[in-house]
Order: sequence, then C-alpha cells, then structure tokens
Amino acid sequence: MITRSAHEMSAAMVKGEVTSEQLTQLHLNRISAVDQQVHAFLHVDTEGALAQARAVDAARSSGEKVGPLAGVPLALKDVMVQKGIPTTAGSKILEGWRPPYDSTVVSKLKTAGVVILGKTNMDEFAMGSSTENSAYGPTHNPWDLTRIPGGSGGGSSASLAAFEAPLAIGTDTGGSIRQPAAVTGTVGVKPTYGGVSRYGLIAFSSSLDQAGPCARTVLDAALLHEVIAGHDAHDATSINAPVPEVVKAARSGDVKGMKIGVVKELNGDGYQAGVRSRFEESLELLAKAGAEIVEVSCPNFEYALAAYYLIAPSECSSNLARFDAMRYGIRVGDEGAASAESVMNLTREVGFGREVKRRIILGTYALSSGYFDAYYGSAQKVRTLIMQDFTKAFASADVLVSPTCPTTAFKIGEKANDPLAMYLNDIATIPVNMAGIGGMSLPCGLAPEDGLPVGFQIMAPAMQDQRMYSVGAALEAALLTQWGSPLLSKIPALAGSK
Amino acid sequence: MTLTYEDVIAKYEPVLGLEVHVELNTHSKMFCGCSTDFGGEPNTQTCPVCLGMPGALPVVNEKAIESSILIGLALNCSIAPFSRFSRKNYFYPDMPKNFQISQYDEPICVNGYLDVEIDTEEGIKKFRVEIERVHMEEDTGKSLHVGGATGRIHGADYSLLDYNRAGIPLVEIVTKIVPGTGKYAPEVAKAYVAQLRDILRSLGVSDVRMEQGSLRCDANVSLRLIGAEQLGTRSETKNVNSLRSVERAVRGEMIRHAELLNKGERVVQETRHFQEDTGLTRSGRSKEQAEDYRYFPEPDLVPVAPDAAWIEKLRESLPEHPSLRRARLQEQWAVPDKEMAAMLNADALDIVEETVLLGADPTRARGWWLGEISRIANESGVAIVELAITPKDVAQIVALVAKGDLTDKLARQVVEGVIAGEGTPQQVIDSRGLKVVSDESALMAAIERAIAAQPETAEKIRNGHIPAAGALIGAVMKDTKGQADAARVRELLLAHLGQPNTINP
Repeated sequence: MITRSAHEMSAAMVKGEVTSEQLTQLHLNRISAVDQQVHAFLHVDTEGALAQARAVDAARSSGEKVGPLAGVPLALKDVMVQKGIPTTAGSKILEGWRPPYDSTVVSKLKTAGVVILGKTNMDEFAMGSSTENSAYGPTHNPWDLTRIPGGSGGGSSASLAAFEAPLAIGTDTGGSIRQPAAVTGTVGVKPTYGGVSRYGLIAFSSSLDQAGPCARTVLDAALLHEVIAGHDAHDATSINAPVPEVVKAARSGDVKGMKIGVVKELNGDGYQAGVRSRFEESLELLAKAGAEIVEVSCPNFEYALAAYYLIAPSECSSNLARFDAMRYGIRVGDEGAASAESVMNLTREVGFGREVKRRIILGTYALSSGYFDAYYGSAQKVRTLIMQDFTKAFASADVLVSPTCPTTAFKIGEKANDPLAMYLNDIATIPVNMAGIGGMSLPCGLAPEDGLPVGFQIMAPAMQDQRMYSVGAALEAALLTQWGSPLLSKIPALAGSK
Repeated sequence: MTLTYEDVIAKYEPVLGLEVHVELNTHSKMFCGCSTDFGGEPNTQTCPVCLGMPGALPVVNEKAIESSILIGLALNCSIAPFSRFSRKNYFYPDMPKNFQISQYDEPICVNGYLDVEIDTEEGIKKFRVEIERVHMEEDTGKSLHVGGATGRIHGADYSLLDYNRAGIPLVEIVTKIVPGTGKYAPEVAKAYVAQLRDILRSLGVSDVRMEQGSLRCDANVSLRLIGAEQLGTRSETKNVNSLRSVERAVRGEMIRHAELLNKGERVVQETRHFQEDTGLTRSGRSKEQAEDYRYFPEPDLVPVAPDAAWIEKLRESLPEHPSLRRARLQEQWAVPDKEMAAMLNADALDIVEETVLLGADPTRARGWWLGEISRIANESGVAIVELAITPKDVAQIVALVAKGDLTDKLARQVVEGVIAGEGTPQQVIDSRGLKVVSDESALMAAIERAIAAQPETAEKIRNGHIPAAGALIGAVMKDTKGQADAARVRELLLAHLGQPNTINP
C-alpha cells in the first residue's frame, strides 16, 4: 500500500479498501522502521496525524464530500509553520519554538483533509543543496545512504523515496524542491512565484522563495498543487488569478504540437555523462510523443549564479535579523548584567550555523552603503536580463528543458567544505527563481555509471504551470512504458523494511 | 555667560528643518489587522505579523495609503504614480523584525508647501515652508527601561516591551530647509506645526494629540553667520511634544549653538532630547558617523501605484483648507485681526467654533474661552482643551447669562466650578446655590434693611446726591450674597428714594 501513488491511495479509501487511519498508521510504522537510517523527519506528530485521519474517516463515512487528497498522509518541510507543532527551519536558533499560527499552505492542507505526519529535515533556513547544513544532522539518500538527498528540502524528497509519505511540501529558492527531487528519483514542482502563498513560510529570500508540491508521480504533484495554490490576502505578492489547470494537464499528458526548447547553456561541459545521456533519451521520447524539439539560447544564465548569491544573501541578512532571542527561540547568555545586545550576539553566534552566518555576512556587505549599487544593484540588473532571456526563449518554445542538476547525488561530506562546488549544483535551477517562473523536476532514469537517479527539468512561463504538467506527464508515461515499472521500484530495500 | 536671544539673532541666521511624524487614525495597523486603539493592556493588540513571527508577511493597509495621499494633496504635493516600501535595517528590541518597513528613495508624495502666518509686532507675516516629502512607515513598539539612572537601555536592570504600538501607520512629513525666518524661527516652527496639525485634523486622518504622541515633531536647527552661504551643523531635537515646546526647543537650540560657536567650538551633529521641565535639550545619539541602515526595496510588498482617477476623487473630497476656514470664521464672527491672532495663538479656534455651533453668541463664546477660561488654564499651566470644561458647558453658561438667570459674576463662579470638576453648569449652580435673586419683594426687603442700616446715606440720595447710591447697592449685593442683578437693585433703590435713574454705575 505505501508504495502506491497518493492518487491510488485516495482511490483505495474511496472504495473502502483502507481507512485514512490505517493508511496513516502504515506510514507511521514505516517511519519508525526506517527513519533512523534516512533521518527525513525532525518531528513526527503521531497523535495529531492519527486524529486528523480519524476526522477524515468520520467525515467520509457520514457521507460528507471530501477532497481528492483527503486522508492521504503528507510530510511537511520544517520551514512551514504549523500551529502548535515544533518548527525549526533546520536551525538551532528556533529549537523548541511552537508557532502560534498556521501557514496558509497548512490551512489549505487541513481544509483538504490531508494528514500531516510531521516536519521534515532541511538545510538550515533552506540554505544549502545537501541537507548537511541542518542543525539536527544530515538526511540520507534512500538510494544510497552514504549520499546526500539534495537540499534544502532533502527531508521531504527522501521521505517520498523511502515510502515514509506519498506527498510532501517543499520550498524552492534556488532549486530546493527540484534538486532533491532529481537526486532521489521523485517529482518536485516549483510553481510560478506568487502561485502559492508564502504566508507562514519562514523566509530565506522573499523574492525567490516559493512553496510547492513533492510527490512520486506527476499527477500526485498536480493534485497537491491544486490544494495549496491560489490567491491569499495575507501575502501581498500572491497572484490574484485562477490557479492554472494543472490536474487536467497532468491527466491528459498531451504534447502533440508543443515546442520544447532545449537551453543550450544548461547542458554540456560540467554535466555528468550519464545525466546527459538520460536527458537526450528523454528528448527523443518527447519527440516521439509528438513534441517538436528546438534549441534556445539564454546567454545571461551564465551570470545567474553570481547574481543569486548577492540577492538571496542580501534578503536573508534582513529576514534573519528577527532571530534575536527577544521574542521566541533560544536565548543564550541572559545571565547577571548581560545587556540585550550581548544576548542577541551570543544567541546568534550559537544559534546560527556556518552557512547561515556566511550568507548573512555576505548579504550585509552587499547591502552596505557604498557597495549597494555594485552588488545588489547589479544583481537586480542581471535578474532583468535573465527574465529577458526567458521571454525571448518562450517566444520560440512553449516550455524549456534541461537536466535538473549537473550530477547525480554526491557523497555526504564530499562538498561540505567547498561552498562554491556546492553552489554550482544549482546552476540549472536558479534561473527559474530569478525570473519567478515555474519549474518541475521528474525522474528520467538512472545514470549508467553510478546507478543513481537523474532529474529532467521543465520550465514554463509565469502562470502557465499546466504546460510543465503536460510535458511531465507525457514523459513519465513514455518512460514507464520503457521501464515497465516506476523508477522507485528499483530502489534498494532499506534495512528494517519488509 | 548665557547669551540673550537678541545677541543670537544679531549675529546668526537660523535655518530650520522640521520632521513631523503623524500616527494615522486607521482602525487597523499598517500591515496587519490589529487594533490601533491607544492605551490597551500591553501586548494585547498584536499578532504574528506585527510581532515579526517567522513566516508572517505584511500587507499594506489601503486606508493608510488613502490618508497619505490626502495629506500630500492638502500640502500641495505631487502624488507619485509609483512608490515603494523599503526596509530600514537596524537592531533594537522594540522593533520586532529588526527592520522597519518605511519609504526611502521612492516616497508617495513629494514637493509641496505650506504657507504659515505669524503675528508679529510688525504685523502679520507670511512664510512659505516647502515640503520635501511625505512618506509612510510603521511605528515601533515601546520600551520601558527599568532601573539605571538615565531611563535608557544602557545601564537599565531590565526592559519591558509593549508591541501594541508596533506597526501603527505613521506618516512622516519632511520640510526642505527653511531659511529666511530670521528672529521669527521659533514662531515659524510653532506656527508650521500648528497649521499642519489643523490640516491633519480637518482631513480626519489623525488624532493629532501631541501629548499622546500621535503627532511628534523633530526640530532640526542650525545657525550660520548672517550673510553666510554655507549651512552650519545641525542638531535634531526629538521628544518635542507640545506646540509651546516646539517654539522653546528651537529658541533653546539657537542659543546653545550660538554659545558654542561664539566660544569657537563646533556644534556636534547629533540627536538631542527636549526636556519639558527645563526647556533645554540633552545629548542623545551622535549622528557624526552616519548609521548604515542598508535600505533595500521591501520584497514582501508590491509597489504602491495609485490610480490617477482615485487621486482625483480624493482631491475633490478635500475639506475646506484651514486658512480659508479661518478667514471665513473671522468674517462671520467679525473678529478684529489682533484678536483673531490671539485666538489662534491660544489654539482656541476649534473650541470656540464648537461653542458657537451649540448656539452661543460668537463674541460671548470667544470672551469666555480667551478670558476667564484662558486665565485659569494659564494659572495651572495647561492648555484650555485640557480643562474639564467643554464647549457644551460654555454654551449653556452663555445661554443662562442671556436669559438673566446668571450674572457675569455668577457665571464666572460656575465656570470655576465646572473646571474644578463639580459637574455640569446646572449642578454647580444647584450645589453652590448660585441663583440670581429676582424676587422683587426679597430685593425690596434687602433695600429696606440697607436704608435702615445707613440712614444718612439714604438721606443724601433723597437730597439728590445720586453717587451715594453705590454704598447702598453694595450693601444689598452683600446681603444677597452677590446673587442679585446690581442694575435692577439700583433701579429699585432710586425709585424707592424718589430719584431718577440717570447715571449708569
């Protein structure tokens, strides 16, 4: 049962083959059995999840109309606040904090009857590409426990690959949904900026952050996308327009006549051979399904990474200023005649990890008077150029595609002391955030040289998220025909599992 | 040796710059739905947004935008078709996010002016104060530093924080530098704040209560030698929370600067805090090393782009400009210039108008507020609006005098009683027994008693020596405890003694 898709689980509940309580318990059991090895979860809300499940079961048995994902369990990235549930964003500074309110995403999940199992591990404040920056220890990739599950949302994707949850919520600032999806053989979608409310998402970089669905199939991602998307009066940057028809697109999977643009700059040097070959094969499959493959050029993507590492740290240096021990979270050094200033300093010294401090310092510097124009100002100009590249490219293609990451999952510890190498992992995902458009990653096979999953990235213009689902569903169907069974059926069994 | 003000202005030219912070009176805060009511229990008017909880986001209060545009229009500003919020980053415990959302390089209103008039010995003088910008921002919380000598965070044993004020919409109105006021700088500063306050009040956008902090003025003052081009170093005086203090603060700073300059010392660019009791300022934060606030556009908010049609609609809805209203009332009430100036100076226009609208004769209403009531206010060192007497009370008193139920003398006692908190005019009349004795037989009895007590005086009057009547009238008034109408007593007395009532007392 737990290896099924969310959609199949929902169908089983509708038919009465299983209750939400049973389904939830099965996942809780699985978490108990394997999470010591995977460490996808920071907090498991056993009682809360079972109570939610029973409520859905009661509603269903009393004949109430429930949503398509009602009763299906989900793993929530720990950056999303949930009332009364420990929320740390992977940071020590928030240890023990229980938010007094629900994020809009959580409210929508609750309304839809989705059962929240617990909070998943992540790089501290979503800063990282490996989940090694979590203050609570790394998450392990279920494909190979010595490897990283991607980041920052490694916990969410690993929970899907380890069958601890069929659905998860991620957030994506520079690839934190898509890169973990790619390296764990799962599906992850970063919707158009403003498509999903950020209210209650602990901010890393406000102009880039976007929450989105994580799942094992394109249709499941679409079903979850529809639950969490939509205008929210609590988020001024939320788009007031109808949610793109992603479920419809995922069900049809029709790419006939669609133009698919391959971004020249996001393929080639620096990309692992197996990643490239799986990507090329996928293009052939899409061409066979009736799409037209064209090449497009986005020359300014070259500067995306550099600009990103000015904008994101600048915003984070301001966003993280609120963690000062005065109102919530840990408080260090409040003894005797310690001043408020020294308590703030000590708390931030102890509470923040190295990568977070690195980015706060970088951002503080970039925003300083005298440097602002050269750094933040120039980065914003690059951002405009990247948007223009996309606009031009979308004039000749309906969607753009690339490998999600240059490589498959690397070893834990391999790049931990080399921030630049780590940052390069996001080279193909960052342009999407810079332009505020949508991006999806879905598995397109295993790299022959290491047997690890490869991700295929699809990018669509703002508020045309349904196009990614059409292409994703078409590719998924073609690959499934080729493979005979889902990619995750090839994942090695974890110790302790049946 | 302390310089006199005359010494200062003989040598130096003051240059003013005024920054006024206005708390808007919107029902909810700038970026969340919390109440803005004054005086709530600490931290009861807060939510995740104004407490800066992780994940919470601001959403602009449209009413605050509307109020800001109205202010800009009333101050003859251009309304920016596109303006933005920025983050002003600095750490302080009363600021929940450790940044303040404010407008920086793209404010909502720019380039306006306000003409102010002051009454001088050379007649009414007019000055144009140019407005540089009007921008929106959020207020901080309030800190109470307990222990320590200074009431400041340094040296305090601990601090209490109240975030009820955090996020209340503020509008900051910044003037360009105001040169050319000469010796009138203190009066111009006061008149500017007063007229600005009147405009804000007429717009209905703020309570403009300086004593509650809903209107706060920072006065920037610098001096330069008369005739010099280059501006001197300025100081910025905060905590100026009454109109009178604005004037005192500017005057005080002018003298302080001049003393430093005369000694060959330099003025330090710094924030200074006005001390209400001494009228002096004390040194605050030095601004010699400009703090780096690392401003950048607030990414959680979209730009403010008010529709041109909306702006025009707001322009049409502007109320009568206070200067026009002043002119209209002066004409309607037939007030001489000098007295009009006195009324404005005493800040009595609104209260007199309210009294008139309640039916009182304008001259009488003005007489009470600027006469007896102002006298009592001055004696107790408060403004007339702060006294317990209301326009309704004064209107009633004026009516009672007109009806003859009170004499002016009695009415003064009623005013005194109302101010002393003894209740409404009627309650004071009842409890103090202040009724005019109009019963003629009672008056006649008192007159008979007076004549019996002073037979020689009565005889003089009978013989045509009318001025002697004063002594008997005084006796009657004393007999009736002042509650008789003296004119009527005179009439009755003279008739009784067979004399014509020729000379008025």
